[in-house]
Amino acid sequence: MSILRIESLTKVFGGLRAIDDLSFTIEPGSVHSVIGPNGAGKTTLFNLITGVYTPTSGRVLIEEQDVSALPTHSRAALGMSRTFQNLQICMNMSAIENVMLGRHLHLDGRFLPSLFRLPRIVRGDREARERCAELMEYVGLGRYINAEASGMPYGALKRLEIARSLAAEPKLLLLDEPAAGLNASETADLDEVIHKLGQAGVTVVLVEHDMKLVMNISEHIVVLNYGKKLAEGTAAEIRRNPDVIAAYLGAA
Amino acid sequence: MSDHKVQSSALAEENPSVVARPPVEEMRELKRLRWQDFVFSPRYGGFIALLAAVLIAPLFLDGLYEFDLAILVFINASVAITLNLLVGYAGQISLGHAAFFGLGGYGTAILATRHDWPALAALLAGVLLVAAVAFLIARPILRLKGHYLAMATLGLGMIIYLVITTETGLTGGPDGMSVAPMEIFGYMVFDELVWYWITGILLLLIYLLAVNVIESPVGRALRAVHGSEIAAINSGVNVTHYKTLIFVVSAMVAALMGGLFAFYSGFITPTSSDFMHSIEFVVMVVLGGMASVVGAVVGAVLLTLLPQFLAAMADYKWLTYGLILMLVMIFMPKGLVPTLHGWIRRWIP
Repeated sequence: MSILRIESLTKVFGGLRAIDDLSFTIEPGSVHSVIGPNGAGKTTLFNLITGVYTPTSGRVLIEEQDVSALPTHSRAALGMSRTFQNLQICMNMSAIENVMLGRHLHLDGRFLPSLFRLPRIVRGDREARERCAELMEYVGLGRYINAEASGMPYGALKRLEIARSLAAEPKLLLLDEPAAGLNASETADLDEVIHKLGQAGVTVVLVEHDMKLVMNISEHIVVLNYGKKLAEGTAAEIRRNPDVIAAYLGAA
Repeated sequence: MSDHKVQSSALAEENPSVVARPPVEEMRELKRLRWQDFVFSPRYGGFIALLAAVLIAPLFLDGLYEFDLAILVFINASVAITLNLLVGYAGQISLGHAAFFGLGGYGTAILATRHDWPALAALLAGVLLVAAVAFLIARPILRLKGHYLAMATLGLGMIIYLVITTETGLTGGPDGMSVAPMEIFGYMVFDELVWYWITGILLLLIYLLAVNVIESPVGRALRAVHGSEIAAINSGVNVTHYKTLIFVVSAMVAALMGGLFAFYSGFITPTSSDFMHSIEFVVMVVLGGMASVVGAVVGAVLLTLLPQFLAAMADYKWLTYGLILMLVMIFMPKGLVPTLHGWIRRWIP
């Protein structure tokens, strides 16, 4: 059973076909990447998958269930989590609380139990805090466990988003340009984190510009150009594909 | 472990000031609680201070006028605490909250006075009426953000104020209406001291329940709605649900306090629901400190008492009042309590 299936998905903005009759399938496990030149429709695709946009036509299926009409938070409940190209961090909260937000769906979020502080609320929060501290260690943010989010550098916040996504224990993790704005050593760290995730059995879908990162860690690559699928295959296949070379380097 | 070392050194290059602070190994662990964390926590230090103040104050209060002020402080603080959940924590402004206070007050007053409902039933009905109104308008109104939400809540407040002022047959119009005294289980509540304990205990209860909400997954979801709505939604938080929830809850508490206020003063006028009263509630929250329960209480105390202290200045009263508010906001933009807390925490980290 596929974890994510895109079926002839189309999104039109005014006259622009940002995503044009796109279909592909993501099988569970390992790291997948969506690449393409600027404006190819990569982030639009993520927004369609997570429900920020409603498609003009076509369907999105998570584990063969049609989610095209579901709001974003309900899709998250099906085991999908994402990070953002432009950081989405709650600067009014501490670092670990940002990660704990990711555990929302695993905790009792009803009003009355919280109002009366039932034992399971206290227990749930304490366990979540410990678990989220471990996750921060896992993505290499151990030193920021007691920090405020507003006091952290950019590279660390990028990883904080990954920790928050992982806190949800997603089946499908969507990373939108996780390497954007990172220096070489930070990118190398990130490479390692994503690789670890893939090996831990999380299905990762990556949208990325950094070719080296993509080629290093992805086992399956979808190439977009002008909202259409230009090519699909392993890193080695994509590297040899003449259409891809033309799109990236300009047609000869 | 080794890859953490690599990552740490990468971060150190980027931001040396981080490394200059406490040793890394010490930071690694979840912070253990120390005495400061109890003293400065709203649940322990803040609550005990409030409890002590409520218990001890009657020893020093002298005469009806001073008890009257204390009761007003308690009523205002209860409204400010819950309004703070909406404005300070969830980041949703409401410039029409006095309308819920007034609507609750009038609903309770009309049922108890004109229809001889038992006091508690009238209070409950007032609260439920406001809950229904708040729930119905929450969805369309809370889709708006920032200035638009401010305008919409302002308009809502004005509509309710106008209805109260013009429905003379029901409300007594601009002159207001007198309210039958509160009778609970055959006991007439007249005595100021009894009112003091009723409102004081309610304030303590509301304070504690508010802290419960803040320190829970619900509170985290509310703060996330403020911090990044997109992050909240993608973490599975049903943002519409939580916004509606806290809007309705804060309106219900305002209504309850409006009902009690009507019973207590034996009289209610449309000014209880007017724009100035709404602004007063918001200023209590902002002056005391957004997203601070203790701040809401401090704000309510200051805004209730300040005009009384300044009364001696006669003509300059409102001028001085405005000046004090301006100075606090210029020099303490986060509000009194968070700023003072920050200063103290520099000495006692």
